[in-house]
Amino acid sequence: MNRLRSVPLAIVIGIGATVLLLLAAGAPPLEAMRLIFDGAFGNTSRVAATLMAWLPLVLAAAGLLITFQAGLWNIGVEGQIVMGAIGAAWVARTVPGPSALVVPLTLVGGAVLGAAWALLPALLRTRFRVHEIFSGVALSFVAASVAVYLIIGPWSRVGVASTSGTDLFDERTWLPTAGSWRVSPVALVVAVAAVVSVLVLLRDSRFGLRLRAVGRNPESAFLFGIPTGRYTVAAFGLCGALAGLAGTVQATGFHHKLVPAISGGYGFLGILVVLLAGFRAVWIAPIALFFAAVQVGSTQLSLRLGIDSSLAGVVQGVLVLAVMIVGGAQVYSAARGPVVTGEEEG
Amino acid sequence: MEIVAGVVAASAPLIYAVVGETITEKAGVVNLSLDGSILLSAMTGFAAAATTGSVVMGFLAAMAVSMLIAGVVAFSGIALRLNQIAVGFVLFLLAKQLALFFGDPYIGRTGPQVPAWDIPLLSDIPVVGEVLFSHNLSVYGSFLAVIAAALFLSRTRRGLDLRAVGERPEAAHARGIAVNRYRYVATLVGGAFVGMAGAAVSLDQIAGWRENLTVNLGWIALAFVIFGGWNPWRVALACFVYRGLLFAAGEFQVQFPEFVQVLTQLPFLLMILALTVLNTERFRRFADRFPRLRPFLAGEAPTALGTTFHPE
Repeated sequence: MNRLRSVPLAIVIGIGATVLLLLAAGAPPLEAMRLIFDGAFGNTSRVAATLMAWLPLVLAAAGLLITFQAGLWNIGVEGQIVMGAIGAAWVARTVPGPSALVVPLTLVGGAVLGAAWALLPALLRTRFRVHEIFSGVALSFVAASVAVYLIIGPWSRVGVASTSGTDLFDERTWLPTAGSWRVSPVALVVAVAAVVSVLVLLRDSRFGLRLRAVGRNPESAFLFGIPTGRYTVAAFGLCGALAGLAGTVQATGFHHKLVPAISGGYGFLGILVVLLAGFRAVWIAPIALFFAAVQVGSTQLSLRLGIDSSLAGVVQGVLVLAVMIVGGAQVYSAARGPVVTGEEEG
Repeated sequence: MEIVAGVVAASAPLIYAVVGETITEKAGVVNLSLDGSILLSAMTGFAAAATTGSVVMGFLAAMAVSMLIAGVVAFSGIALRLNQIAVGFVLFLLAKQLALFFGDPYIGRTGPQVPAWDIPLLSDIPVVGEVLFSHNLSVYGSFLAVIAAALFLSRTRRGLDLRAVGERPEAAHARGIAVNRYRYVATLVGGAFVGMAGAAVSLDQIAGWRENLTVNLGWIALAFVIFGGWNPWRVALACFVYRGLLFAAGEFQVQFPEFVQVLTQLPFLLMILALTVLNTERFRRFADRFPRLRPFLAGEAPTALGTTFHPE
């Protein structure tokens, strides 16, 4: 409840901070914001670019919602995206046959490898009590160097070993597009289905109810007869599978090859999306769209006004921080007792 | 010996960072923003030094920025009772982006560096003089940081109180220790060290600013705090060994390129291994048989790490 009240104020802070940053960088704020909007939605190819960023972001965020609901900090999501991309790349490079066969297999390959990578922190947590943040960070770096190893080693382009990426995959393995639009309808269907499934799973299923119980209070959930360890593993597995799909979309839908920075930072950004959504499933898709738009739109800013496109990241970060701190401050002042605030207002 | 001296010098930034985070975590606070804090303070330190022409100003600016971030972590974790990990993570991303945003004009510029300064007399000692006392103030500072943190935590009354705050805040409170004040101070002091880590990179080790200047240094530091079992000596030793291995990796890069790939991942694999092994029952029983080796074998996190304490 407090969180809802905190949002308008936080947005004001977020916009205020953005304006200050733009002024500091010597750019006219209104013009800059118009450019961001125009850069994200100005024509069909820009809308396509925004959607291409939205796809992996919303997939990762939907997965992260599951782990967050189980009380888990799956910071290893970046590594799970990378492993998903590697899984999809492996299928794309090895499986012969028509598009109708290979494309579904790339999605399966990505999801499976992403889930498998996510099971490592899950097992380290349940079996060895290793906190998932630290194992997750570690495994992300390991995944990233596996990708680099594949790119400069076994999967290097013929004659050149460079970190610019592998050869392009065969076109029949790409996520299929309709007409000249770069966004694959298959990817859109997968992403929308994923978000809706997560929403239904968490809200309406027994699994979701118990998962939330595990997240809120693991001790009492355990005493209540819920196998908390199994739910932890399941949450990680599901999140890893969705992150793996995000990696697949990046590999076979966007880059069409494996590159070192294949995750595009969408895993970390997905954590911000879920934090800003206040862990509510319905908000995941719109907030992810907003983040994708800011991200894509701000590249226009650097082209036209010469402002570093990292402005997007700053805006996103300030917004999330503002929501958290304003929300926290409201809870704090409420806890101090309504009498004090009542007097001030009166 | 030149090589060992080089390894000692190269370890300085990592050592500042691990010492800072150890102090913070000993008081029960996690500052997860480390990686972003270091990058932003490296940028700020370089920008301040390049603008004013003073290395000292650079270090001070870097420390101020990093302390500000640490202050936000402490305030939202302690006063607002927000999740320290959530706030730290958001600050990590935010600080990183801020560094890129404001650092853009400074890319490729040259600026002042910490001047070399051999310590008189001490640097004339054979071998030891060359390895330890022929560097600059930034490197000597990293030695002092380890010694001061270790002595403070194990030999002083306030250090004992600090550890009590991180282990048993209720008991510390009952003994009249101002739990949350200690936590604020420990987080800010830790932040100051983290700022020095950033400045030690941009004003000494690499001397300059570019995107991703401090590649993953913060995450490596967080890993080593755990691997070093929250003990400043062990943490520092781990840093030296790691830098030594990295140096060796550089030597073998041509013959065994894969070796370098493996080695840069070593801190993370070691961290997982350490956490896994140290948490097993069998290892605990083993360690309990050697009480004297306890400081070297124990690896338990401060009990109240990441929790909030509110005196009612």
